[in-house]
Amino acid sequence: MTAVTATAPTGHHGFAHAARMEWIKLRSLRSTAWALLLTVAGMVAIGVVTMANTKVPSADKAAAFDPTNNVLAGVALGQLVVGVLGVLVVTGEYTSGSIRSTLAAIPDRRTLLTAKAAVYGTLTLLVGEAVALVTFFAGRAALADGVPRPGIGDPGVLRAVLMSGAYLGLIGLLGIGIGALTRHTASAIATLVGVTFVLPAVNGGISGPTVAKFFPTMIAGNSLAVAKPVSDMLSPWTGFAVLCLYVAVVLGAGARLLARRDA
Amino acid sequence: MIEVQGLTKRYGPTTAVEALSFEVRPGAVTGFLGPNGSGKSTTMRMIMGLDRPDEGKALVAGRRYGELRWPLREVGALLEARTFHPGRSARAHLTALAAGGGIRPARVDEVLAAVGLSGVAGRRAGTYSLGMAQRLGIAAALLGDPGVLLFDEPVNGLDPEGVRWIRELMKSLAAEGRTVLLSSHLISEMALTADHLVVIGQGRLLADTTVRELTTRGRSLEEAFFALTGASADYRGAAHPTYRGATADHQGTAADHHEVASAIDAAPERNDR
Ligand SMILES: Nc1ncnc2c1ncn2[C@@H]1O[C@H](COP(=O)(O)OP(=O)(O)O)[C@@H](O)[C@H]1O
Ligand SMILES: [Mg+2]
Repeated sequence: MTAVTATAPTGHHGFAHAARMEWIKLRSLRSTAWALLLTVAGMVAIGVVTMANTKVPSADKAAAFDPTNNVLAGVALGQLVVGVLGVLVVTGEYTSGSIRSTLAAIPDRRTLLTAKAAVYGTLTLLVGEAVALVTFFAGRAALADGVPRPGIGDPGVLRAVLMSGAYLGLIGLLGIGIGALTRHTASAIATLVGVTFVLPAVNGGISGPTVAKFFPTMIAGNSLAVAKPVSDMLSPWTGFAVLCLYVAVVLGAGARLLARRDA
Repeated sequence: MIEVQGLTKRYGPTTAVEALSFEVRPGAVTGFLGPNGSGKSTTMRMIMGLDRPDEGKALVAGRRYGELRWPLREVGALLEARTFHPGRSARAHLTALAAGGGIRPARVDEVLAAVGLSGVAGRRAGTYSLGMAQRLGIAAALLGDPGVLLFDEPVNGLDPEGVRWIRELMKSLAAEGRTVLLSSHLISEMALTADHLVVIGQGRLLADTTVRELTTRGRSLEEAFFALTGASADYRGAAHPTYRGATADHQGTAADHHEVASAIDAAPERNDR
């Protein structure tokens, strides 16, 4: 009887341990860096190309002209990458079996999901804000001569840029929540794509903006990424609040299910 | 110390584990023996808090797994299937676990060396052979230097040298005063490694005894095992409702061992009827 420590170690594990573990896990997968690189490159490229093709508005459209909205068009791509990566943060654990190691270290499912959400949400928020700002300035520089240039200090512009960056963080969290709900990669990605792309398009085609304006992509394009709010759509802050509500509901439901199900 | 108290687990119509009770004491290798599908892995998952029991509970060091203060420093487990992400290196996998378990990072290289993976620690674990994967699982179990260890079929997929290494490892861990629960469906392996035996069949306890006691009177462990598991099938068929000596209401205390032994002896005769 030698090496065994009969004395119980002091203190106890908690959220900080879970968060540190999740951060190491996130950065030790190559796919994380590649996906975020794709997000940044894709969004900047789309912003620059869109702006380079933006024409001087005709006189009747000048009042509604909102190049800030154009420059942020790449959010549609960015959300897909960030959302799918968020899904994988959870479902990758179940498909590989690593969830059993993870839960051996952090048995409480809520603590674990909170840590995953905090780490991935923070990372995607920071990347989102950075890429939104870079895209704005890069895109603005690509505007043809004579097209009115938006300034970051113009009314609503900084709000549009920052909210678009935050949107990526929210979609990252939505991906984590959907992943926790389904625990299967394919069905979670299908759900994510359905909610962000397919349903709003179908819905918009049938009933116009009445229902479609509540879908995340529609909120991103018509409520968040606008320096000049669009009629018929949710206002920027309402849209932002609705998105936060979605994320809270999906994450909460995901945590409940994780706690109830066998791993 | 592991205490399994009246555990029952059903998956739909299948009852994987039924009213199972036993204790695993420190300082010995306790073999957890039963045919394939008898509920060993399910029991271990319930001990680890991964599967939720329908009835009963499992305690490790007096607590449910979910209530442990430093789970990885109190319990180490090698479960049946792979439990790492194929895209992560062994070192990253263990470093993450160390962070989650409040274990000093230097411990990672120590356990990598202990299981012989130092040379490949930077490689994606998805490229590992089954034997290397088992070694990584064992490294994870040893990471927190825990007093309680669970190994579910650890010799699966290992070459003879690896099998022997595991055997010696189990024995040395027990000799250090740790609690070691080792599951296997391989009787010969148990005969070589275990001191104490918990035998289950169809999710129920059949015997909680020592290898020595089970093999008294010149009977081989294998013969004793088939006598036990044959009796369990018999009991399941409800042909002999009076044969209850080693099943549901057995609590696995030391005082009961003789009762169990006599029940085991009785089993083949009842089978013959
Ligand atoms: N997740 C599961 N879903 C459904 N049935 C399961 C599950 N896990 C185990 N079982 C069933 O429970 C029984 C016990 O299985 P298991 O614990 O793996 O046995 P062992 O490890 O002794 O081979 C088997 O009949 C098996 O098919
Ligand atoms: Mg098994």
